[in-house]
Amino acid sequence: MAADSALLLGLVEEFVLGQQDRKAVDTATGKLKAGQFTILQLVEALGLHLTSSQPQTRGRGVQLLSNVLQECYGDLTEREVEVLIVFYENRLKDHYVITPHVIQGLKALTKCSVLPPGSAVSILKSLFQDIHVQSLMLAERSCVYNILIQLMESRESELKGLGADFVFGFVQSVDGERDPRNLLLAFHIARKIVHEGYDLGKFTEELFEVTSCYFPIDFSPPANDPHGITQEELVLALRVVLTGTPRFAEFLLPLIIEKLDSDVQSAKLDSLQTLTACASVYEQKDLAQFLPGLWASLRREVFQTASERVESAGLAAVGTLTACLSRSVLNSDSEDSLNVFLELVLKDCQHHLCEPDLKLVWPSAKLLQATSTASYRASHRVAAAVLPSLIEQYNSRTQCAQRRTLLEVLQGFVHPVTSSEEGKYESVLLDFRQSLCSIVFSALSESNADLQITSMRVLTALGQQTDLLSSPQSDVELAVDHLTRLILEEGDPKVSLAVVECAGSLARLHPAAFISKMVPRLKEEIFSGGLRSKAVRQRCVAALAAVSSRPSLVQESTPVLLQVLTSAHTGTGAFSLEEVISVCHSLQKIAEQAQDTEETGGVFHDVIPRLLGLALQAALQGSSGHCSPILEETVLSAMVPIISTTCARLQLAGQTASRAVSLFLDGDVSFLPENAFPAQIQLLKAGDSRSQSQMVCLLMGCVCWLPRTVEVPQMDRLLLELLELSCTCDHPLSYTSAAKCYAGLVNKSPAGEALDSLIDRTLKRISTELDSASSPVRTQAFTLLLWVSKALLLRYHPLSTALTDKLFSLLSDPELGWLAADGFSLLMSDSPDVLNRGSHADVRMMYRQRFFTENSAKLVEGFNAAVQEKKSGYLKALSHIVNNLPRQVQLTELPALLPLLLEALLCPDQGVQVSTLSCLQPVLLDPPSALITQLEVLVGRTLALTTSPTMKVRIASLRCIHALSRFPEHEIMPFRARVLRALAAPLDDHKRVVRSEAAVARNEW
Amino acid sequence: FFNEQARLQTTEDEDEDVADPIDDREIFDILSVSINDPEHPLSLEELNVVEQVRVRVDDQENTVGVEFTPTIPHCSMATLIGLSIKVKLLRSLPERFKIDVHITPGTHTSEDAVNKQLADKERVAAALENSQLLEVVNQCLISNARTS
Repeated sequence: MAADSALLLGLVEEFVLGQQDRKAVDTATGKLKAGQFTILQLVEALGLHLTSSQPQTRGRGVQLLSNVLQECYGDLTEREVEVLIVFYENRLKDHYVITPHVIQGLKALTKCSVLPPGSAVSILKSLFQDIHVQSLMLAERSCVYNILIQLMESRESELKGLGADFVFGFVQSVDGERDPRNLLLAFHIARKIVHEGYDLGKFTEELFEVTSCYFPIDFSPPANDPHGITQEELVLALRVVLTGTPRFAEFLLPLIIEKLDSDVQSAKLDSLQTLTACASVYEQKDLAQFLPGLWASLRREVFQTASERVESAGLAAVGTLTACLSRSVLNSDSEDSLNVFLELVLKDCQHHLCEPDLKLVWPSAKLLQATSTASYRASHRVAAAVLPSLIEQYNSRTQCAQRRTLLEVLQGFVHPVTSSEEGKYESVLLDFRQSLCSIVFSALSESNADLQITSMRVLTALGQQTDLLSSPQSDVELAVDHLTRLILEEGDPKVSLAVVECAGSLARLHPAAFISKMVPRLKEEIFSGGLRSKAVRQRCVAALAAVSSRPSLVQESTPVLLQVLTSAHTGTGAFSLEEVISVCHSLQKIAEQAQDTEETGGVFHDVIPRLLGLALQAALQGSSGHCSPILEETVLSAMVPIISTTCARLQLAGQTASRAVSLFLDGDVSFLPENAFPAQIQLLKAGDSRSQSQMVCLLMGCVCWLPRTVEVPQMDRLLLELLELSCTCDHPLSYTSAAKCYAGLVNKSPAGEALDSLIDRTLKRISTELDSASSPVRTQAFTLLLWVSKALLLRYHPLSTALTDKLFSLLSDPELGWLAADGFSLLMSDSPDVLNRGSHADVRMMYRQRFFTENSAKLVEGFNAAVQEKKSGYLKALSHIVNNLPRQVQLTELPALLPLLLEALLCPDQGVQVSTLSCLQPVLLDPPSALITQLEVLVGRTLALTTSPTMKVRIASLRCIHALSRFPEHEIMPFRARVLRALAAPLDDHKRVVRSEAAVARNEW
Repeated sequence: FFNEQARLQTTEDEDEDVADPIDDREIFDILSVSINDPEHPLSLEELNVVEQVRVRVDDQENTVGVEFTPTIPHCSMATLIGLSIKVKLLRSLPERFKIDVHITPGTHTSEDAVNKQLADKERVAAALENSQLLEVVNQCLISNARTS
């Protein structure tokens, strides 16, 4: 014990004399925590120094105590805390040298959980009484604020007992604060005061003054600011304080009005946003007296501003103001300030609406729309005042441009009502329904395209309102008639796009009218024969696809489209190939739009067999001479997505898939409609007819897109047949589709022995074909190899390396070298029809990077080993791989590949040139040192490419040269004259794009 | 002030076989993008010093004529602006073009003197050999190109 106290005395001595700093504190803290002595003993040991006549010595003493307290405030007892607080409160009156340490100590004490009752109040009282916060240093001020925050959190009720004195104390200590970090703390305290119901007493105005003097905040943080305080943060913190209580209203609103006059853009914006924020808290009585002033400022901002942000902030403010005014309950005696405000707005805006040629129409309309969006009452009032005059004007004006403006304004008024408390009241527009509809219909029958488009937007907006269009069914039907007529008669692409959009959104709400009116009409038109132009039929088909969003409509529209396909097949309808394809696209679109309900599911469950049936019929006839468009590869390829989108989602996909599989494997035709097929069909036999074997692409669309939970029946047999077909067939579409289908199935099959042996078998088969140079099916084997490698690569299968190694070795093959090089682009990019995420394939993240890091070395090795004429294949493969990598990976990996890339610039293939240049360009912006040594070569080769016959190569090389100009000056100086001379030629290029790149590059040099 | 919208890319621009003639707009784009007024942080287009209507190009005859309007009638920087325009065009156009830069008639007090200086080949060449002057001209030309 004696040894302890001696030690303690020694420590204290050393610290006070300034020999030890951190160590003394640490030791003391350690011992205290270990319970070797108490805090009181430390105070006793300090005794002499604390009572010394030298302020510095006293300061050091207090500092030690405070530092220790900061570490172990949690271990103190209530009694000790009480004593210490009394001590510290007394020290506040002491010499100014000591004050910082005292405040530190107090801050530590306030964190104690055992703070005795009443001490919070006494600490604050002495703080406010004895020190002048703003004369302290930055860190101490922040300490004081932290003490306040701490106490407000732990002793809220006690502080509230202090009454307005607390607020006064705070106001005094904050007054004049300048540092942004402390301001954030101060705003935090002020927010708590305002929001947590402290008694502001008669100091409301003082508290407001002391915070609002910073409004609007103009703060630009110093460059590389370590504290990371942004203007945004400060603005938000202050806004929360200012808008916190309605009691500030009488001070804040005049301030806002004043600041709105400011020229500073950000000040305006801040004022408007603050106004928006406070209007959502305030009540009508707070706002009432300032309304005229506010309106005058807001009107000016919206009418005269050049900035869109200010305008939208102003509109938002008008909106919330209106909402606030309409929220409050009316007293019978006071006048309705909403009415007063709307009166103001209408008075200033309404007459502008009568002048559709002047530019004030728009701001006025926007202001009025902002008010009417805000509440039901407001919209009622505004609509009653504005709509009649708008409607009347529309009817009296004759110029299209004016009518269009009016219509657009009207649209603005129709829209907002949708969002306001729908269903609660009857729509504001009900009274004007009749006239609005008649305007829209008359505009639809105008010949002006813009007018038509706008009126369709209004129509869409009207349609969104539950009871506007639907109440008398005749209006909807009339609208549908108009739309149908436009589809049939309007050739303008913009109009037809708008029609399709409008029809699509209306069809969602009123399917019945479309079924009864539009679909039959369109159907009739489609089949009316060659009387109408092709474009009309195209539009009809597109419109059918657009309206088919509801199951009931899908049921009506898909048969029509299928019928088109059938008649195209039989040759009765005289449909061209493009039309057939566009029908397929429409079907695909419907399949994508269709919500996954039972009903649509059922429809598409019928669609697939019919498609398959058609294709099969065509295929069977194809062998007997008659040529149906369904046989064309493009049509078949367009059919694939229909099947695949359906199969990817449908609940019934499993059933459909098993039927399709049995069709292909066993020739089971029982589920196809119009059952008139021969019994023995073998679609997967390479044999005689390519028209039959190419149908395998439909199978691919079906089985490869199934969700992974759905099991494909007869998997093993299917795989075997597909393998056979892909290796033996000589028709490109057939064997490629078979290979894709095979790969898609391999990608999804579960890992394990079975899969491994399957891959082994496949690889053996491929190898035997590839290794015999005379084999007629080497291309087929290669295609299969490529797709299977992709399938395995995507799922990180360990055996994928064996396959990709095979691909690498093919790069030096005399026949397949180029194909193999191009194959790498297929390997690295996403394919749309199979092996992607949409088809539920097993695709791992970052497979490209992984492939690159594992294989780049092999590629370089192979390149170095290859004979001269084979090298270009390697370069091409490399550029394909690198091009598909994300930029970041490219940047880190490129320096290693630089020699190869420079070599690639000499390669005669233009694709390689472009891709190499586009890889190089970003690297050149941030040149690694390896590049600088190669500058001579680089400049020479890129300059040579600026005269390439391909435009893309020229552009890419000029960009590279531009990037080169940012190299260190001493490095590029020697080349300057040469580059400038060489760039004179592309300046006179016959392509403008090339010229502009050249001009930019040359100017930089 | 406002900036003209960027020239719309047409499919013709992508087509390898179509030759695009050099037109007013192209010259204007060259000028407006990257010349700064020496006294303002704004480009010449934003200050209306250069306007598209005051640019004349004849691709066949190999001539380019640019009229520029100084911001105020006694702008001391008129010569420098003219020189910058001229240098910019010299650097950005094929050598076959004869470049003529002068002040829009009636917008500057010492119009004739400036025009004479700008038209004098020898003086322009001499000015460009003066490294200090060249530095200033480059200042006008470069700073904006960096940011764009």
